[in-house]
Order: sequence, then structure tokens, then C-alpha cells
Amino acid sequence: MSTEDSAGPFDLDGAWRLDERVSVRPERFGALLYHFGTRRLSFLKSPVLLDVVRGLAEQPSARAACVQAGVSSAELPRYRAALAALAASRMIRPRSG
Amino acid sequence: MSLVDDFQYGLDAPICLTWELTYACNLSCVHCLSSSGRRDPGELSTAECRALIDEFERMQVFYVNIGGGEPTVRPDFWDLVDYATGHHVGVKFSTNGVNITDEAARRLAASDYVDVQISLDGATDDVNDKVRGKGSYRTAVRAMQRLAAAGFQGFKLSVVVTRDNAGQLDAFQAIADRYGAQLRLTRLRPSGRGADVWDELHPTAAQQRALYDWLLEHGERVLTGDSFFHLAGYGESLPGLNLCGAGRVVCLIDPVGDVYACPFAIHDAFLAGNVRHDGGFTSVWRSSELFAELRRPSGGGACSACSAYDACRGGCMAAKFFTGLPLDGPDPECVRGHGETALATVPAGTVPKPSQDHSHRTKPVPVSIGRRRPPERACDESPLTLSER
Repeated sequence: MSTEDSAGPFDLDGAWRLDERVSVRPERFGALLYHFGTRRLSFLKSPVLLDVVRGLAEQPSARAACVQAGVSSAELPRYRAALAALAASRMIRPRSG
Repeated sequence: MSLVDDFQYGLDAPICLTWELTYACNLSCVHCLSSSGRRDPGELSTAECRALIDEFERMQVFYVNIGGGEPTVRPDFWDLVDYATGHHVGVKFSTNGVNITDEAARRLAASDYVDVQISLDGATDDVNDKVRGKGSYRTAVRAMQRLAAAGFQGFKLSVVVTRDNAGQLDAFQAIADRYGAQLRLTRLRPSGRGADVWDELHPTAAQQRALYDWLLEHGERVLTGDSFFHLAGYGESLPGLNLCGAGRVVCLIDPVGDVYACPFAIHDAFLAGNVRHDGGFTSVWRSSELFAELRRPSGGGACSACSAYDACRGGCMAAKFFTGLPLDGPDPECVRGHGETALATVPAGTVPKPSQDHSHRTKPVPVSIGRRRPPERACDESPLTLSER
């Protein structure tokens, strides 16, 4: 769902947020993300993933953000992989509390 | 629907926008895409540039590639950079290095929102200066030294691949490594003054193949601006979107506010509108007839029967146009050799010329003194003058 392929392990139960240097532009297919620090562009290839990413800051965990956006348990592994890729490219960061 | 399909139909705002701030340039590179040299008296004012940046912010254009001409010769250049970054519009600007002083380098190194691209078209001064002009190698190297000394990590070293420098790719990489820069390779286009030198300077078929192999090996480290997607016809796609983004995800705004489909297509045939009229840039991007047409699916014409068509998508529109080839035919540098065959059939004198030329007048203008032309018709001559003689 994101164009990055290097996805490592990802803590679904941790609290996450978008990096403050990331700008999000909704598009028909999902969204474009641009990180002003790394100058990298990422694509969110589904509107649901955009909802997940936007929900990260308010939800206690990434898992909760997925549930809130309507991701089913069968789909969860795909979303976990997409979030892992976003974390690897520093688009999203762990948040304390 | 795949992402590429989405992009074919266009986005609400460009992903990547090139903005040429001025036609003025201290150099006269033989392959200049915009035939730059002299400033145009109608260039956008500081206020107009700021209004355009406001529009980029509203459209969420993440960053603009600023070029020219040499953008840093505009007296308001640094102010405009600050204005853009203050309004959440990142800036990457291309320069030949002439105004990268120690102070400018320190300032650039301190900003997350500004990236710099130093142009160099030879890994040695002889190869570079032949194309970019005497002393330009030294200027570029001095700028890189200053950026590196100021601690600017990862600025770009931008190279147009030509027949003369295609054998220097490793040397370019070494230069980039020396200054902590990232190498960026782009394709020589027959646009602007590039049309005059393209025949002699575009890489040979063997060089093009070697470039493709080199990019496959080093592609992850090297940027290409999606420049070489026509090489996907060899088999494997190079990193990038691999599509012509003209009017779909990219466009060009020139110094007088004209909006073209891409930086390589400064010609009336690719002019979508002007930011001063036509309801501003947003309206041009979203509702120009030309862009609507570019976003409609099109057939591959002569290429659709070719097994490589799905990979190369027929190549670069501007490269075809400025070599006189039909837009639905092969790219002039088609890896299967169809371009060469097609080029042989282009009748002399039918190749389109760029719509503007701001080149320095390096050749003396012929002036005839003393000889009066005889009048074409008797009544063209003033009877008074006749009678006074």
C-alpha cells in the first residue's frame, strides 16, 4: 500500500504519530505524503490507509487506529506492513504516551 | 486501478513542478532547454511570484524545482526562497554555482526545506567547459566545496548525460562522494538550444545500453528524475514512476508565467495557459484543454504492436516533437532502434522550433551602413526628398 518495500518489524501496539515534517495531500487513490526532512515522497494507495495514518495521533495504538478506520483482522497484516514501511522511511514515529 | 493509471488521469495538483524564475543566465550552455541568456522584460514581479507561492501552498504543492536561466541572479531570489519555505513549499533549485558564496552555503545548510542542485556536465573541466562554457567547471566545484564545508549533506550533483561524458559515470559518482552529494543523471533533450546540438551530443546506442546497465547496478543511490523511462524497453524498469508525467503529475511555469506541459516542451503546442490570465495556476492546471487532452488515455500508434511498449510507453513526448517525429510514434532514442529509422524519414525543414529564444547575442548583428535600398515602388519614396536632391 506504500511504495516502500523495506518493511521491518512494526509494533502495532505502540503509540505512533506522523512526523511533524510530513505533509499529507489527499488524492483520489489515497494520499501523497512528503517528508521535508528526507525529501522523500510516499504514496498511500488506499483511503482507508489514509484514515489509519490520520488516526494514529489520537489512538492509543496503531492497532486501535486500524480498528477505528474499519480495517478487519484479515486485512491487518497488510496494514501492518504498510505502516512498517512508513516507519522505515521515517514518515511516522513512535510517540510516548 | 494502479497508481500509474491514477497518475495518467492527473492529480489535483502536480507532484513536481518546475518553475523557471528568469531567462537571465551568466552562462550560455549549448544544450540549454530554455534557450536562456537574457532576462525577459515581462518576467513575473516579486509580488506576482509571492502570489504564485501562495497558490502552491493552497494546492499543497510540496516543493518546487526552481531553475532558469540562473535563478540566483534574480535580486529577489533569496527572498522568494524564504517566502516559499515560510509557506510550506519546499524548494529545490538548480544553479551553476555562481552565487553560492560561503555565506549562501551556510544558510542553505541550515535549512531543511531547501535543496540545491549543482549542474555539471563533465567530470573533467575540458568535457564540462566545452558544453557549459569556460570556467564553469571551476565555478561548480567551488560551489560544491563551499556546500560541503558548510556541512550541507546530500545536495545534488546534476549531470546531463551526453556522448562526451557517458564514459565518466564512475568519475561523476566519485565527485559526488567527495563532496557528500547525491548524483543525479538526466537525459539530454532536443529542446531549446539542445535541438542544435542533439545530433552530435546525444549518447550513442552503445552508450545508452551501458548507461542502462550502470543505472541498474547503481540505481538506488542515483536520482534520475524519471528521465530515462524510455530505457525500460531493454527489459527491467529503472527506479521511479516510469511514465511521462507531462501535464499529469509535472509541468513547467516559465519566467513570464506561461504554463507548459513539461520543462522540455517550451513550445506553443504544449502551452496550457498563463498564470497572469486564465484564472491563475490552479485553474490552468485543473481545467486547461491541453492538460485535459494529455490526461485522456491514448493509443500507442505505431508503437502499440511492439513488445516493449508496455515498458517504455513510447518514450518522451518532447524528444519526439523536437526531432520532428509523430507523438504516437517511437522515441528518437528507442532502444529497439525504431527511432533511428523514423528519424531518417523526417523531411528537412519540418522540425518544430522552440517558441522563444533568450540566448545571448554572441554573434555580431550585421549592420549595413551607407547604401540606401532603392524603393520598391515609386510612391514609397517621398517626393519631397526626391525634389531636394
